[in-house]
Amino acid sequence: MNIANMTATQLAAAIRAGETTAVEAAEAVLAQIEKEDKKYNCYVTVDRNGALAQAKAVQEKIEAGEFSGPLAGVPVAVKDNICTEGLLTTCSSKILHNFVPAYTAEAVKNLQRAGAVILGKTNMDEFAMGSTTETSAYGPTRNPRNTAHVPGGSSGGSAAAVAAGECIYAIGSDTGGSIRQPASYCGVVGMKPTYGTVSRYGLIAYGSSLDQIGPLTKDVEDCAAVLETLASHDPKDSTSVSRADTDFTTALTRDVEGLRIGIPNDYLGEGLDGEVRTAVLQAAEVLEKKGASVERFDLSLVEYAIPAYYTIAAAEASSNLERFDGIRYGYRTEAFEGLHGMYKKSRSEGFGEEVKRRIMLGSFVLSSGYYDAYYLKALKVKALIKKAFDAAFAKYDLILGPVAPTTAPELGESLADPIRMYLGDIYTIAVNLAGLPGISVPCGEDSRGLPIGLQLIGDCFQEKTLLRAAYTYEQEVREHEQTV
Amino acid sequence: MSKQYETVIGLEVHVELATKTKIFCGCSTAFGAAPNTQTCPVCTGMPGSLPVLNRQVLEYAIAVGLATNCDITRYSKFDRKNYFYPDNPQNYQISQLYLPICQNGGVEIETEQGGRKIVGIHEIHMEEDAGKLIHDEWEDCSLVDYNRSGVPLIEIVSEPDMRSAEEVIAYMEKLRQVIQYLGASDCKLQEGSMRADVNLSVREAGAETFGTRTEMKNLNSFKAITRAIAGETARQIDLIEAGERVVQETRRWDDAKGESYAMRSKEDAQDYRYFPDPDLTPIRVSEEMLQEIRERQPEFRTEKMARYREEFDIPDYDIDIITGEKPLADLFEAAVALGAQPKKVSNWIMGETLRLMKEREVDAADLRFSPEHLAKLIALTETKQINSSVAKEVFEVMFEENTDPEQYVEEKGLKTVNDEGALKKAAEEVIAANPRSVEDYRNGKEKAIGFLVGQTMKAMKGKADPGAVNRLLREFLQK
Repeated sequence: MNIANMTATQLAAAIRAGETTAVEAAEAVLAQIEKEDKKYNCYVTVDRNGALAQAKAVQEKIEAGEFSGPLAGVPVAVKDNICTEGLLTTCSSKILHNFVPAYTAEAVKNLQRAGAVILGKTNMDEFAMGSTTETSAYGPTRNPRNTAHVPGGSSGGSAAAVAAGECIYAIGSDTGGSIRQPASYCGVVGMKPTYGTVSRYGLIAYGSSLDQIGPLTKDVEDCAAVLETLASHDPKDSTSVSRADTDFTTALTRDVEGLRIGIPNDYLGEGLDGEVRTAVLQAAEVLEKKGASVERFDLSLVEYAIPAYYTIAAAEASSNLERFDGIRYGYRTEAFEGLHGMYKKSRSEGFGEEVKRRIMLGSFVLSSGYYDAYYLKALKVKALIKKAFDAAFAKYDLILGPVAPTTAPELGESLADPIRMYLGDIYTIAVNLAGLPGISVPCGEDSRGLPIGLQLIGDCFQEKTLLRAAYTYEQEVREHEQTV
Repeated sequence: MSKQYETVIGLEVHVELATKTKIFCGCSTAFGAAPNTQTCPVCTGMPGSLPVLNRQVLEYAIAVGLATNCDITRYSKFDRKNYFYPDNPQNYQISQLYLPICQNGGVEIETEQGGRKIVGIHEIHMEEDAGKLIHDEWEDCSLVDYNRSGVPLIEIVSEPDMRSAEEVIAYMEKLRQVIQYLGASDCKLQEGSMRADVNLSVREAGAETFGTRTEMKNLNSFKAITRAIAGETARQIDLIEAGERVVQETRRWDDAKGESYAMRSKEDAQDYRYFPDPDLTPIRVSEEMLQEIRERQPEFRTEKMARYREEFDIPDYDIDIITGEKPLADLFEAAVALGAQPKKVSNWIMGETLRLMKEREVDAADLRFSPEHLAKLIALTETKQINSSVAKEVFEVMFEENTDPEQYVEEKGLKTVNDEGALKKAAEEVIAANPRSVEDYRNGKEKAIGFLVGQTMKAMKGKADPGAVNRLLREFLQK
């Protein structure tokens, strides 16, 4: 039994059957981390002793029959912007280099209530600002499929850890594609649920109106199981939604008969890599063969999504990140003069370049005299984008397209040209602006062996449709591979 | 001063709401706890924490808005006001700028000339209070107490409709009365649960446009407000007379020195970069909610005054004073409900209660004695178990410690002695010992009886009914 290669569902079943234990599982994955993480740098913090202690406690409860779900005893990696009580939570920033939260995020609590074993905290772009995990203050994460390439971002550490077997599954956060894009680059499954499905309480905010926590897993079945566990109505989060349809694993049926799928022409246009385009259209054919109807349509407004997104996310971030001032926790500069001198110096030294760039951008668009022209206009664009999606979902059950225009770029390629990096978010960002669920499923590789991701987008609260289509696709491909 | 000037004043009144918990978390708002013991990740702005609106805050704000004739904003939002200061743990304050909960209201006040005028209310918005900075001179450092961080406030912004300190005080008293009647706050200026910033400008009498205004802070009593208005009016007139310009700025009033000094001018005013708080969903006030709050509105002062005139045989003057302060009206009604005669209760409030409140500087909201004890005290005098001077003595004790008057009278042995024999004996002894006064009385000096009554009361250690003593002495002296 190679535990590091197992899915969460398989591993939990093996633990329940007594074929292995939660402790053995944790040890196996920790050994994998020990062996591989020097190459990939997936983790900021590995909580070896904590993980083993949790595993022991969970195993006892599994034996006592208290835990019986598909995640009991399974080791998970948590993105480093999600608070974990007593465990360093840095957002991959120097400014939080010593921050140990006094409480655990609601999403993580939900996992713990299901018997998850927390391995540690994964690397990310600093404060989730970036698309490559290169803006981390703790060094970049490398793509396990090819270490010359980035794993994507901002949840790059989580995606890479899943791909490298350094965890069985992981959770990340997605503000503009930060789960789906690294999942695509690393060849794993990643899902951003409908805004409000998973509590944000304990997620260190980047763009509060866009942020959602979601799973990164080895397959669609795990994705459904993890999302089912993460989802809950949380009275501590005013934007949390109460929904009765979070039994997502019930959607894992191999059936897309009659499903209406739309492919936006806007998602196949200029800038899209030819190999990515081919792989995505082939994936659409697979679903079509299983009985779905597929047609092209014009979604419109896609080109406005990026400026609207960077305006709104940066504006919210500029305010959300004000609390990092070196007064109560985190980095404080050594020598300073006066209160405001301390603020300025601590923040100048504590934040990285990309974060500072977005704080400045956000402060600018909110400043008096520019608010209407930028921030308010961006909100109007956001509303129009939502309308465009509403019109699309009147015709289609789901929207299909690529996750990103290309496969993973090489390290160092993106940071030199931030605008180009921002443009890489073109297919994922509108989903956040409209609050929709989106999933990334592997759909092949390019000629260099780098994974390509297929993106499926559903209307609000239509995760089950997404999961059903993604599961059907995955099963078809698996069967095909086995027969070849 | 050759020209005539007019002072134009607008007020920003902050009122701390009387909720048990904070505006965005479940921490207690109780006053006086040890520093940072009433805090949580939300009110200390820890990363990842999120605010959730306390519904009671919204209900109080709407109730105040309805009572001050405001329009209630049916789709309202919270905004973030961004500024860096250590008392503000998120470095932004959650407030309302774009869509405040109440707008376009006003209250009627009486002017000095005895007329009436409406002071307009521009808006009422909800917001969170900041923590408290404590500068430790000894250690040369600053400490922050976040117990107050997140305590709910409403800010009532008036139109620039007031023209004198008297009008300002009348307006604030009106607000205080309405808010106290609602139970939305105790509105204590000294303790800071009601605070006012005064926006003031002067202009030549008859001018159409407003002059440049200043904003004055740190005004924590009506006296300070009155002095600050006089001081600032004079300062601005002096500037104008000297051909100088009034600078738009925020000034801090130093009541001890009787002068204000500039805190910050508009030139270095901060850009607060207000924007809607994405962590809080917009507030939709339904018709049902409004109706519910409307139905729950208490009897306000005017209605109460009318009812008192109808129900109780007490003077209009008493009604005016008693209904002027909600705690006094509550006390009055509770004691009457316990069976005490309205006129007697009113007398105790108008007399001893107000006297001691003034003498000991006690707010009506801080009165300690219960209506039960007041009713008991009245019953003791009514049944002549104690006389009025003993009653006053007992009341003083009750005023301080809410002592049970029955118990106290019993323990101290203050009951009027109704022993006819003892009284007769004392009266006879006094008559025998004071032949001069007896003589005087018999010669028609009415006053002499007073001395003899006093002597007899003294002999009885005060525990006799002075009326009865008087009658008895006269009886004896007639013989």
